Amino acid sequence: MPVLAAMLIAASVLAIRVRSRRWLWSVMAASLAYFGLWRGGCVCAVGSIQNVAMALADPGYAVPLSVAAFFLLPLVFALFVGRTFCAGVCPLGALQDIVVVRPLKVPAWLEHTLGLLAYVYLGAGVLFAATGAAFIICEYDPFVSIFRLLPLARPGAAVDAFGGSTAMLILGGCFLVAGMFIGRPYCRWLCPYGAILKLLARAAMWRTTITPDECIRCRLCEDACPFGAIRQPTVEPPHGSLPIDRRRLAILLSLAPVVLLAGGALGWQLGRPFARMHVTVRLADRVRLEEAGKVEGTVDMTDAFYASGASRETLDADAGAIERKLVRGGALFGLWVGLVILVKLVHLSIRRRRDNYEADPAACVSCGRCFAYCPVERERLKKRGGAPPQP
Amino acid sequence: MSEPENAKVKRRDLIRKGALATGLLGVGGTAALLATRAGKDRYVWQLDPEKCIQCGNCATKCVLRPSAVKVVHAFALCGYCDLCFGYFPPHFEPDSAIEEPAAESQLCPTQAINRKWVEGPHFEYTIDEDLCIGCGKCVKGCGNFGNGSLFLQTRHNRCVNCNECAIAIACPAQAWRRVPAGHPYLLKGEDRQT
Repeated sequence: MPVLAAMLIAASVLAIRVRSRRWLWSVMAASLAYFGLWRGGCVCAVGSIQNVAMALADPGYAVPLSVAAFFLLPLVFALFVGRTFCAGVCPLGALQDIVVVRPLKVPAWLEHTLGLLAYVYLGAGVLFAATGAAFIICEYDPFVSIFRLLPLARPGAAVDAFGGSTAMLILGGCFLVAGMFIGRPYCRWLCPYGAILKLLARAAMWRTTITPDECIRCRLCEDACPFGAIRQPTVEPPHGSLPIDRRRLAILLSLAPVVLLAGGALGWQLGRPFARMHVTVRLADRVRLEEAGKVEGTVDMTDAFYASGASRETLDADAGAIERKLVRGGALFGLWVGLVILVKLVHLSIRRRRDNYEADPAACVSCGRCFAYCPVERERLKKRGGAPPQP
Repeated sequence: MSEPENAKVKRRDLIRKGALATGLLGVGGTAALLATRAGKDRYVWQLDPEKCIQCGNCATKCVLRPSAVKVVHAFALCGYCDLCFGYFPPHFEPDSAIEEPAAESQLCPTQAINRKWVEGPHFEYTIDEDLCIGCGKCVKGCGNFGNGSLFLQTRHNRCVNCNECAIAIACPAQAWRRVPAGHPYLLKGEDRQT
């Protein structure tokens, strides 16, 4: 926990006060080595969402203090300094950041659409954790199996390397290869913790800025960001175009209840298939089929159930309760997805004026790559007596 | 837009402050809520030997290879049998009292169980954890014909304690659960702690 706090402070100071990409990179590498390779990547802030959700939903589980700290500290920091956690502390981010070689620009429509996935993933992760069905965020974490490859804390256990997670290793490898050409794909479009951080970072008090002073609109930083976080100054809209936007907004807002209801209804429908994620529901289904003679023979799961001597009534009652929970939760999940889509559409149809090149506080991970592109920054460093770094 | 420029700036500032306040409230609220739901103790994964059906998933589903699950021997429960069904395959008939039979007549696929003569027809069985892969074959044999003194446990000197245990997901008997790190083992016999 002290290490986490220290790293967060270091990353924040380096991104906002010192403005040094090189130092930020060092903190990032240190985090990759410590949180990733030394501690095996577990528990991380991304996964802690589920522990928190489970603690809030299940009175039998108390979230350990260290896990609560992993969840809360980066959030508090995001409120004040933006996503510095992503820049220097998150081992998943660090691993992806290190492999960036030739980032391609992702078209805006794709960026916006894929960006929604993170919120959907967040909703699903919370739903399944709160109902005790599964920790899907951990199960499908593409990088944790890579972290386990080099268990620095257990030097005698190097043979452990290729564990029972070969499929996840391959997936992780794919993410890293893709990450060479698309900057931080997991952080941008999937990370559920990043989704929370994005929301909070919009309110951040101090932000990582491209330029240390006034922007001179020289356009040099335009292509500096491998993660597509730099926003260009807006062009003055032609006269008469404003009402169209207003009309679009009005249509969207009047459609809001429909979208939300549709989302909720769809989620309600999904509740039943969702419930199959829970082992108790799967077991009850299988027992029902076996007793009705619709399937031949037994499986390990039902053998264990018959051997335990538990009654079918309790099993069915338990499964029913879980199913009801997931149907309710599924409806909430659907509402959430509807809300996310709606907010995105509204957000896209509100036109904001921007005079300078700015880092989008939600998308910016404070990696500091753009600093060296800014001539104002180079001037500042020259005055300080140091040689300006090459971009 | 007929509003004066400074009114717009003020409005933007207000929105930002409002957002910050909302964010602080949200995070603070979650923190307060969590404070009521937080515990000092960490959790680790463990399997309940009373629920275990020795399906073999422990050997194959663990993210480590060999698995962090090993067989544990409760000596207090052991009958020190000559014809141990945790040691010999079922229907095995020894020709004479042999201390160490050949590999093909041992049940354990990795010969991780050592057998030592004690006295009379009694033998002591010990586990070589470096060889054990946690397949549970011996546990099944001992449970079927013997006292059930052999059972599986995840060994915490090896377990990396994933936030979501891959074996727990695959366990057909729902034998895995999170236990407080202060009592990390679910033992059999006299050592049993709940």
